[in-house]
Amino acid sequence: MRVFLDWLDQRTGYRGIVRSSLYENIPGGARWRYVWGSTLTFTLSVQFITGLFLWMSYSPSSQTAWESVFYIQYQMWGGWLLRGIHHYTASLMTVLLVLHLMQVVIDGAYKAPREINFWFGLGLLQLVLGLSLTGYLLPWDQKGFWATRVATNIAAIVPVVGPAIQKLVVGGADYGHHTLTRFFALHAGALPAAVIALLVWHIILFRRHGITAKVPKRKPDGYFWPDQVLMDSVACLAVMATVLFLILRPWIFGAGGDLGAELGAPADPSETYSAARPEWYFLFLFEFLKYFPGGTEIWGAIVIPSLIMGIIFLMPLLGRWRLGHRFNVGLLFSLLAGVGLLTYLATAQDKRDPAYQAAVAEAEQNAHRVKALAQSPSGIPISGAVTLLRNDPLTQGPKLFAKNCASCHRYDGHDGTGGQPKDEQVASDLHGFASRPWLSGLLDPQRISSKHYFGGTKFKDGKMVKFVNKDVAKYSAEQKEQLKKVIAALSFDAQLRSQHELELRQPEIIKEGKRLLVSEEMRCTECHRFHKDGDDPTGPDLTGYGSREWLIEFISNSAHERFYGERNDRMPAFGTKQMLDRPAISLLADWLRGDWYESKEKAELAKSPKPL
Amino acid sequence: MHENTLPENSVRRGFLKKASAVVLGALAGLIPGLAGLFVFLDPLRRKSHESGSVLVASLNSLPEDGMPRKFSVIASHTDAWTRMPEVPIGAVYLRRTGEKAVQAFNVVCPHAGCFVDFKTDQKSYHCPCHHSAFALDGLIKDSKSPSPRGLDELKVEIRNNSEIWVEFRNFQAGNAAKIPIS
Repeated sequence: MRVFLDWLDQRTGYRGIVRSSLYENIPGGARWRYVWGSTLTFTLSVQFITGLFLWMSYSPSSQTAWESVFYIQYQMWGGWLLRGIHHYTASLMTVLLVLHLMQVVIDGAYKAPREINFWFGLGLLQLVLGLSLTGYLLPWDQKGFWATRVATNIAAIVPVVGPAIQKLVVGGADYGHHTLTRFFALHAGALPAAVIALLVWHIILFRRHGITAKVPKRKPDGYFWPDQVLMDSVACLAVMATVLFLILRPWIFGAGGDLGAELGAPADPSETYSAARPEWYFLFLFEFLKYFPGGTEIWGAIVIPSLIMGIIFLMPLLGRWRLGHRFNVGLLFSLLAGVGLLTYLATAQDKRDPAYQAAVAEAEQNAHRVKALAQSPSGIPISGAVTLLRNDPLTQGPKLFAKNCASCHRYDGHDGTGGQPKDEQVASDLHGFASRPWLSGLLDPQRISSKHYFGGTKFKDGKMVKFVNKDVAKYSAEQKEQLKKVIAALSFDAQLRSQHELELRQPEIIKEGKRLLVSEEMRCTECHRFHKDGDDPTGPDLTGYGSREWLIEFISNSAHERFYGERNDRMPAFGTKQMLDRPAISLLADWLRGDWYESKEKAELAKSPKPL
Repeated sequence: MHENTLPENSVRRGFLKKASAVVLGALAGLIPGLAGLFVFLDPLRRKSHESGSVLVASLNSLPEDGMPRKFSVIASHTDAWTRMPEVPIGAVYLRRTGEKAVQAFNVVCPHAGCFVDFKTDQKSYHCPCHHSAFALDGLIKDSKSPSPRGLDELKVEIRNNSEIWVEFRNFQAGNAAKIPIS
């Protein structure tokens, strides 16, 4: 062994290298305040390791970026942990950078002959911020997508070359495949290479000039190994423990929810996203921009930040004078206070803003939903996960309802999304439409004239209301039982998922109801058709009432002779007049019918609701 | 080094310090490394998605003389996160061996995994990569053939008198034994 090591040493001189790196002199001995540089080197290595492994499973294109990150996060062994470490280490790195900068400035470690190393450090700071900015986009979720749009649009306000810069960064006029490939090449190739180059020089120069000892020295001089290394190790472990704590937070506090880094709904340029915010350490810039009225953004986004960076750059020169050093320290603290204040203002304002809170809630709901759909048996299609939400009745139905229906109708008292429309309700509440409870209400003399049903429409004086108020109101107990069966039979035609199991158990009731429905005593078929051609019906056809096909046709044109004909009230022919296309109407119909994908556990939960 | 002159308890403390520095530092670095390693090893637990029997062709499409024809096998396929309902997942040679009997081969050469061609004039299968040759019945045609085994025969079932259903599988190449890839 000895022989081999001697052989190796003669050829590589490794002993000298090891000795010089381990037995570097530390004036005044090891101190905790010297750990920041080491923790930063450590976090960078962590990012390289985790980044490399993430790279093996990441696929940068607008149809696969979100999907591959989803796969890493939810399907691969330990993927949530790997991604969580990469994400939170990035956040902590920003904090450590600031601490390192503070230590260097306060201790005057930037002064001659260390100016150039200070500038290398500033370069590294910029590169790390660049890594954060480019990494934020890569999952291609709504948050990263919209935040990056803002960032790249800011680049476009640079005079003359701005638009060209933006186009080069985005990889074209629109955001897509090439935005991702470019950002990924920057994030995993160009920027890390530059970081390594600068870091090597940073450490070489640091070694050349030695540590800037904090005076007064508390102890005699010591060596880097093992005293300072132990402190560095403890600090690095503390950093890793913090990262793990941040990842496991929901589990530690029993809050539920996913462990690790967040993944929002897939980027969709056609969906507004009002919850767009940059990563927390860029919030101050975001807030700062609010103070610059139209046309002057360039001051807030580029000129003032550049000037400040310029002053920081000049710190070593200013620091030659006693007053200059004090100015530097003062400036650094004022800048940090300013950043802190702006960050506070940004978060405080968001906290108070109900519109932002609603947007965040919606974003979380969409993220949750798309993951459930992605994990469904039909999985993610080639067109990408973004189409899962676009074709999901549960996601699109409420929005379509609020936009197109809620000016007259209601859904469980609201506009479908939970809001209150400004227009008064003049048509029925469609929550549970065609279900047994809904129909029972329609055929209830107490309720048919209420706003919930025909109260706001011209049908409130129509034949149906008169029939219910005169005939049904006088029903005997036996007739009331018969009516229940008729309702069961009519509701059976809707083939609602919510009633499927009940209907399987009651074939007799439904059969009897069908017989009664067409019987003369119930009088339904005097005005309506039901699975039979009648002559000149005046009311809507009840064949397949509330079924998918029936509802789609009804929404398309309720004035069709199959439905209300010329007696139609104000309901527009959404399909015939091309106000909504067929897929949109189908989504609306599916949503009203409660027909959407639900994960198994959720379906089980719905079947056996827990008592409150 | 001057450590030799230090009192013994100081040397021991020095060792403790060194050991803890190494252990704590290694621990910090181990966590991200292990997380990465787990994700890296994830493919080991992934199984190939078996598609069961697949309808490949109708009996009428095969010539009476027992000459093979190549068909694509269309089935649902999952590529990591992407679920594709009906895509080609491979190809087979089908040949008639009787009125209601069909022989099926995976088109992949068992030597190194290239697609074999059927040469009508030689009435044999020929691999364009390393020149393995297989007879009409799939067996190795000459002893110099690099392939360790004949073409991989697949289970065939005739349903409803005319539908040819094939249990499509891929097998490990380069092995004398026919081992399905799972």
